[in-house]
Amino acid sequence: MNWETVIGLEVHVQLATKTKIFSAASTEFGAEPNTQACNIDLAMPGTLPVVNKQAIDYAVMFGLAIDAEIGKTSVFERKNYFYPDLPKGYQTTQLEKPIVGPGIVEIQLDNGDTKSIRIHHAHLEEDAGKSLHEGDFRAGVSGIDLNRAGTPLIEIVSEPDMRNAQEAVAFAKKLHSLVTSIGICDGEMSQGSMRFDVNISIRPQGESKLGTRTETKNLNSFKFMEDAIHLEVERQIDLLEEGSTIAQETRLYNGDTKVARSMRSKEEANDYRYFPCPDLLPVVISDEHIANLHSNLPELPDARQQRFVAEYDLSQYDANILSADASMASYFELTTQQSGNAKLSANWVAGELSARLNAENISLDQSPLSAELLAGLIKRIADNTISGKMAKQVFEGIWSGEGNVDQIIEKRGLKQVSDSGALESIVDEVLTSNQAMVDDYINTDADKRKKKLGGFMGQIMKASKGQANPQQVSHILAKKLAEML
Amino acid sequence: MHNLTITELINGLKKRVFSSTEITQHFLSRIKTLDPLYNSLISVTEAQALKSAQTADTQLAQGNASELCGIPLVHKDIFCTQGVRTSCGSKMLDNFVPPYNATVVENFRNSGAVMLGKTNMDEFAMGSSNETSFYGAVKNPWAIDSVPGGSSGGSAAAIAARLTPGATATDTGGSIRQPAALCGITGLKPTYGRVSRWGMIAFASSLDQGGPMARTAEDCALLLNCMASYDEKDSTCIDRPVPNYSASLGDSVKGLRIGIPKEYFSEGLNPGTEKAVRDSLTEYEKLGAELVEISLPNTALSVPAYYVIAPAEASANLSRFDGVRYGHRCENPKDLEDLYRRTRAEGFGDEVQRRILIGTYCLSAGYYDAYYGKAQQVRELIRQDFNQAFEKVDLIMGPTCPSPAFKFGAKGNDPVAMYLEDIYTISTNLAGLPGMSLPCGLVDNKPVGLQIIGNYFDEARMLNAAHQFQQATDWHQLAPAGIQL
Repeated sequence: MNWETVIGLEVHVQLATKTKIFSAASTEFGAEPNTQACNIDLAMPGTLPVVNKQAIDYAVMFGLAIDAEIGKTSVFERKNYFYPDLPKGYQTTQLEKPIVGPGIVEIQLDNGDTKSIRIHHAHLEEDAGKSLHEGDFRAGVSGIDLNRAGTPLIEIVSEPDMRNAQEAVAFAKKLHSLVTSIGICDGEMSQGSMRFDVNISIRPQGESKLGTRTETKNLNSFKFMEDAIHLEVERQIDLLEEGSTIAQETRLYNGDTKVARSMRSKEEANDYRYFPCPDLLPVVISDEHIANLHSNLPELPDARQQRFVAEYDLSQYDANILSADASMASYFELTTQQSGNAKLSANWVAGELSARLNAENISLDQSPLSAELLAGLIKRIADNTISGKMAKQVFEGIWSGEGNVDQIIEKRGLKQVSDSGALESIVDEVLTSNQAMVDDYINTDADKRKKKLGGFMGQIMKASKGQANPQQVSHILAKKLAEML
Repeated sequence: MHNLTITELINGLKKRVFSSTEITQHFLSRIKTLDPLYNSLISVTEAQALKSAQTADTQLAQGNASELCGIPLVHKDIFCTQGVRTSCGSKMLDNFVPPYNATVVENFRNSGAVMLGKTNMDEFAMGSSNETSFYGAVKNPWAIDSVPGGSSGGSAAAIAARLTPGATATDTGGSIRQPAALCGITGLKPTYGRVSRWGMIAFASSLDQGGPMARTAEDCALLLNCMASYDEKDSTCIDRPVPNYSASLGDSVKGLRIGIPKEYFSEGLNPGTEKAVRDSLTEYEKLGAELVEISLPNTALSVPAYYVIAPAEASANLSRFDGVRYGHRCENPKDLEDLYRRTRAEGFGDEVQRRILIGTYCLSAGYYDAYYGKAQQVRELIRQDFNQAFEKVDLIMGPTCPSPAFKFGAKGNDPVAMYLEDIYTISTNLAGLPGMSLPCGLVDNKPVGLQIIGNYFDEARMLNAAHQFQQATDWHQLAPAGIQL
């Protein structure tokens, strides 16, 4: 039987506020455990929450970015359950009246198609602390770190509009692009700034009724999400094909071992006893304030992509890659501005630089190659001082801190030879000393001769110690060989 | 000296008739001698009090003292006091020493008032007789075999026994007014949002309100001047200037329209209490006020609505007492579940557990609409009742509670009978209105309270009306037998 996969996502996005959603404690990542938890975060008796206005604004900005209805009166509710990393014994969140109503997120698929994913709503809530169990902490003891308790989150809930892992990943990446572009989230996945809960069900192709779904919680990388979806879809297909049924349950996926397990079944699910939090007034947002946030909303990735196509003459593909991430987009624009060459800037930022950042698993702001340095490199390629191949060596040099572009060209002796006289004599020398190759070339059918050129090029570049300008060489070579026919 | 009012003590201090140190020592010595009998205080902060008195005396000598400088007071043990155990009358917090002051405590501290100690109360303010305190019941100074009322029974009894000239208290359903009535003193529950709840341990957040207790309305005005403030740490606190409540005390009540709700004089009201209240109303007529019969038709619904809303909020508010971060923790928990179960079973008394269970039940899936949802609708109806009444009258008056102080154990086994103690007081909490109680007679040598209910933020008018009554009568000057004047 052919099965159709149905996927809906719940995405937790940590808002980039300096302080927590209901207290003045810092949200900075990586502090010593429990050093960023104040009396409110610790739920000391008599303490009260005061909502962080910046968090409200960020949530509204997200709503505006996806063209959603903004909840002008949203209400915080208490979600009651006991756990040691939840100090108050309830999580303050939103349920009946969320701050962001229905909206739309457009995704681009690898084949160039676009698809609209509907957002059901997005609500504001506080994060819990972190429990450190055996292995994370020390033997026989569990630890609690409340630094994260009270960190502002928006939970974005999609409709079940995705049909495979690829779409789910594209959606997740698009959200990442959106929230980083409007500056409401730092996008640091490794620090838990975005976490995905994936609801998955399958149904026979053509069936309109949804199958029983499972929820795989807390995936914090696109790769883990993709793997987890494949694994769960296979599991569900296997179960249904052997005549079993799917149990509605919450599952956990371990990205390192690539194994998923059931966490709790529907029967074990809590009754959270939601009710409006009496310590907080409903959040009322004026039309004027919404309009103000709207007019100050940074450029959205889709608009930026179209601008890159129009302004820099980039392909949709390049423009998409370069516009998705706000910091990469501004890095690209800065490089272009300083180098005066959009095409080369696009190639280097989307190519060599991105690959290196990925390989070393660092972010753009940790890169040793500033936009200014890269622009310098591109200028030297554009003015024929160095070849593309040499540029890669210079890139290496900059990466390992050998100095600026010109210093490295000088130190490594990478100047490209573009003097026609000098190049002609190198070409002549190579042709003379490789008579057999020349004969072979002459004896080859005209339409297959082109394939033989590479051999000459290799010899010439070798003879010039890699410094010959390849475009000029190929030009000279073609001319000389033609003369021999 | 202990029979002087706060107003008289302030004059004495100004005229150097006595020093703050002398007054403080006097009240401390009375507490030492007499309180073993009444049990009105949980903690006595003698050393700290003497030190504050000394500081106050210096300020008084320098002539730069604020109004309450050097005046001894006690705080209900629900207000967090930095460095001083704050138990909320519970075993759960028997070892809890807050690292911060409640805003109310801070306000009095800044004014130079001297804290003598912390007063006994029903556990987590849940009770109308003070019998639920972990520290044992408070005895009513008027009849040692009778209850002082609750939950602020300690504050009321301490004032009646002349162990302090004034006290702070809180009122969720009548917890200031009912003990004030039963102990023959004056107490005011302000409009919800008038006094900060920061550092006041929450029972039912949407109903809790702190207020002053003293022997006269004039003293209550002085205390409220200091106690009321806008506090940005409490989101439900209302940003509105605090008037000088003492300034309007001399106004005449001529032409004042007093609403008499017929529902407050129905069956269940003790005939002696009714007579004392009616006589007081006649007194007001003599003073030139006009009595208007009104109806508050939903009064009977207030008790059931209250006993859904208050326990529902309490069930979440008390979840933080889990033995993880502070307060009582059971010995050798074998796992997390065991830690929660035993900590809470050992730390909370029966009444608190009863209310947590009621609240949890009311919020449960499938019951929410029938209980919590319905109760919120009733709350709205009650608000409308009052709004309509205040279109016709300036103040509403009636009995504070159905009968004078009852004997210990009389209602211990019948929670509903106990809950009906609050039948006349609860609806003002549901509506968020201010209410006060002042002594207006004796039945069987036990005090009767006259309740005054005002419109929102109309505390000045209420205090003035009470003061005018106290200028014309001397019920507030009576002292329990055995208290030497």
